[in-house]
Amino acid sequence: MSGYTFRSIRIDLSTRTVEIVPTPEMLCEEYLGGRGFGVALLSDAITHSWNAPEMPLVFATGPLVGTAAPTSGRMSVVSRSPLTGTIFDCSVGGRFGTMLKRAGYDYLEIVGTADRLVALEIDGDAVTILSAGELRGRTVSEAAAGYDSSWSTAVIGPAGELRVRYASIMIDGHYSAGRGGLGAVMGAKNLKLIAIRGGGTVTVADPAMLATARDAIMRLLRTSQAVFGEFGLAEFGTAALVDLMHARRMEPTENFRKTLFPQAGAYSGYAMRVRFNPKKTGCAGCPVLCKKIGEGRAIIPEYETVSHFGALNANSDLDTIIEANRLCNDLGLDTISAASTIACYAELEGRTVPPAVILQILCEIAMREPGRGDALAEGSLRYAASQGHPEASMSVKGLELPAYDPRGAYGMALAYATSNRGGCHLRAYPVSHEILRRPVATDRFSFEGKARIVRIAEDMNAVVDSLTACKFVFFAVSLEEYAKALSAVTGRDHDAQSLFRVGERIWNAERALNRANGFTVMDDDLPQRFFREEGSSGARVSILPIDRKAFLAARANYYRIRGYAEELASHEETR
Amino acid sequence: MERVIRKYIGKIEAQGLACRNDLLFLARDADIYANRPAVGSEQELFGVLEGMNCSALLFARLAEPYRSILDEVVLRDDIVAESGCLFPRDAETRTFLHDIPVVDSFSAEAIRSALARRKTAIIRNHGIVTYGGVTPEQAFIFFSSACFTTFVKYFSDTLRGAQQGALSAGAIAGFCRIWQETERVCSVKGMPLLHAGIPADEDAVCAMMAEAGRAVVEAHLVDSCFGNISYGTDDTIFISQTGSSLDELDGCIDAVPLAGTSSVGITASSELTAHRRILEGTGLNAILHGHPRFSVIMSMDCERSGCDRERCYKACPESRSVAGIPIVSGEIGTGPTALLHTVPEALRHSPGVIVYGHGVFTAGRDDFREAFAALQRIERTCMDTYRTKLSALGVH
Repeated sequence: MSGYTFRSIRIDLSTRTVEIVPTPEMLCEEYLGGRGFGVALLSDAITHSWNAPEMPLVFATGPLVGTAAPTSGRMSVVSRSPLTGTIFDCSVGGRFGTMLKRAGYDYLEIVGTADRLVALEIDGDAVTILSAGELRGRTVSEAAAGYDSSWSTAVIGPAGELRVRYASIMIDGHYSAGRGGLGAVMGAKNLKLIAIRGGGTVTVADPAMLATARDAIMRLLRTSQAVFGEFGLAEFGTAALVDLMHARRMEPTENFRKTLFPQAGAYSGYAMRVRFNPKKTGCAGCPVLCKKIGEGRAIIPEYETVSHFGALNANSDLDTIIEANRLCNDLGLDTISAASTIACYAELEGRTVPPAVILQILCEIAMREPGRGDALAEGSLRYAASQGHPEASMSVKGLELPAYDPRGAYGMALAYATSNRGGCHLRAYPVSHEILRRPVATDRFSFEGKARIVRIAEDMNAVVDSLTACKFVFFAVSLEEYAKALSAVTGRDHDAQSLFRVGERIWNAERALNRANGFTVMDDDLPQRFFREEGSSGARVSILPIDRKAFLAARANYYRIRGYAEELASHEETR
Repeated sequence: MERVIRKYIGKIEAQGLACRNDLLFLARDADIYANRPAVGSEQELFGVLEGMNCSALLFARLAEPYRSILDEVVLRDDIVAESGCLFPRDAETRTFLHDIPVVDSFSAEAIRSALARRKTAIIRNHGIVTYGGVTPEQAFIFFSSACFTTFVKYFSDTLRGAQQGALSAGAIAGFCRIWQETERVCSVKGMPLLHAGIPADEDAVCAMMAEAGRAVVEAHLVDSCFGNISYGTDDTIFISQTGSSLDELDGCIDAVPLAGTSSVGITASSELTAHRRILEGTGLNAILHGHPRFSVIMSMDCERSGCDRERCYKACPESRSVAGIPIVSGEIGTGPTALLHTVPEALRHSPGVIVYGHGVFTAGRDDFREAFAALQRIERTCMDTYRTKLSALGVH
């Protein structure tokens, strides 16, 4: 089988041992790579605490990485989340995945805890653990400054060192393994930085077949207005969604108390284009190039970031949003959780946080400054609970919700609840069909059929994260086309349905691991606000509270489809 | 789910593709819904659904002439015998379906195996089977596309066969029988009554577009319900959303500022840029794009030799036409070989343009009467031209 190096690295930081281990062929067949590898590798350790030496931190590539398959330059970072307690994976771009593969490895598994702050250098076959005491407290950009462009880096900022529960791992400075606090896991291992480079190539079983598959994928991508259209991701980045979510009246505003922010135009994709004249850039192997860097090296934030540092915090100051994004990246914080936690704080304080104070609080959080910073570093749920108001945390399983109000998209509501990693839009991404009309439009205000649709999408995205491809591509492409690409790369026969079976295996494994840590159907739920409070209706659009009975019926359907009905039954028996 | 199934069965019947008693539409959330009980070998379809991660499954025995067309295509295409697949060359197949596998037995295993790889399959001597990965609507779309694409392939192959003197007596007899039925279902109807004059406001623009969209579908000038339609005002282009049905445009029209000041057009038709360039380049405000079948068939009729046939659809260097109507190359959507680079220029000199293997764009000034009439006229001309050509080749 091609597409894999069949070698991986296992490092124990406690003993400072480095092992080159074979990548089992069975692992490749049953879990593909990326997220799937992570799930399999964590299965024996999942009941350990996130900061226990035994807890692995996995960086895993997929079989398409390093090949000509479009958007194949990604990887997954996987561990147990300090924020949610669930198994947690982040799909991340940049060049790290490609470098890992070109260095000759399918995945990197790190266990143990170093006795002092260390860095890891992987230069092809040479794997070195270095003392990194001089990097303590350094920002991401400062810590990575010693590595030129021949390297790719994965770095934590002060937030990761100080175990902020939503600390990120920054890849190549700008690409964030952001959600769930995997930066804190890295910090708990006393690992500040990983630098990697490699010059190898990836063997493809049938290059001609891969070229044909690539042509089919590219042809489909070019039909997608959302990807390559004049207002699509390639032109505006994900900030293109600001205007759309505003028009659909589902932009979370003031900690989800409203769903429309009248000043959102101040930070729309168009506003940022005019202001910064950004250029296209992106992950290795990606034709879309949705990352935007403006004049003066201003990083144009993702949609989630602009909306949450904007509407969610009632802030229309674009400079503050840009700076908040820069600070989060450099300090190593997840922008979604950071912004949402500040919005939660604002609600409980009964006031709007001024723009300058938003920036100040971010620094306090990253440095865990005693008082407010330390309290908010625990995330919105723990903070709100400490104030006696857990209901003010707009989170699922402790993970703060992103910038799609579930009252405006019922499939999204269900998918937030069932997500294995908590309040995440990307597990099933119903926004694709409910808002972007891809691959087909569905009624966003109906639960009809959504249980099945969510299950299908969850399985599909488990595959996408394991290949490791980009979800945006699947606005236009299906597993049918990627199965061809995978067959060409590996030389093994794959089809869409065989890949779906892999996705289902990964999803069920994640669910089982969460169950082992005590998660039940009780955790598959939304904040009560969404069932009780109306959003910002108007302009012939009603954003009503979600009908709780309809939600529960859809969730029960989901359990039946998934084969989890017994979980629901046993929960109801114990009530 | 029952409501959804009923809706799409109604569309299939309205298009004349199949009768409801000849089709089985299965859709599911937690439970499976069917439009009628399965009969005989149709029971196998439940086994197909059970083994697939999808929302819906649709099987239909086609109505005439599609049934005979399907039988002839499968019977007479040499490549089917070699590869077990049909390879139509129209844009719909090239872009979305890729190819269509042909299954020899009505068994769950054989059908599941085909649908694991492609969105639709032909069951030899039975009909067409498709599935909906996300919704039942997709099963309908792919079914309709398969009917369209096999139709185009059959008539294209027949014309080419006649030009090469390669049609057997059986093929000619089959064609004559099929043509009678085809004339019946494809005859171009009269001009419907459409809104006249510049619409008064935005609501009137949307109402006018919805009316024109319904008329295009009722006149069978699109494949399934999909084409696109736009209307330009001073500062805005109103355009059908991506994946919208032309006969259901209420609430599915995006108002996109021409100055580009808002990105709400991210949900617009994949041909947004082509429409905008037509509007800006011609001054014509009412733009229609449909997939009339004989226009597509005639666009692919080219006897020139020495060409790389794999490039015709995207980069034909020739200046081609059929009965004076320009034919241009161009792919769907964006990219250096997209139709947005060829269609707007062609429409500056002609009331309509055919895109190779794809469809027709027409435009008018104040309302959709002119564009609709041009769309009808082009299709009628192409159908007549097709028949005349075949007659001249001795196929009567």
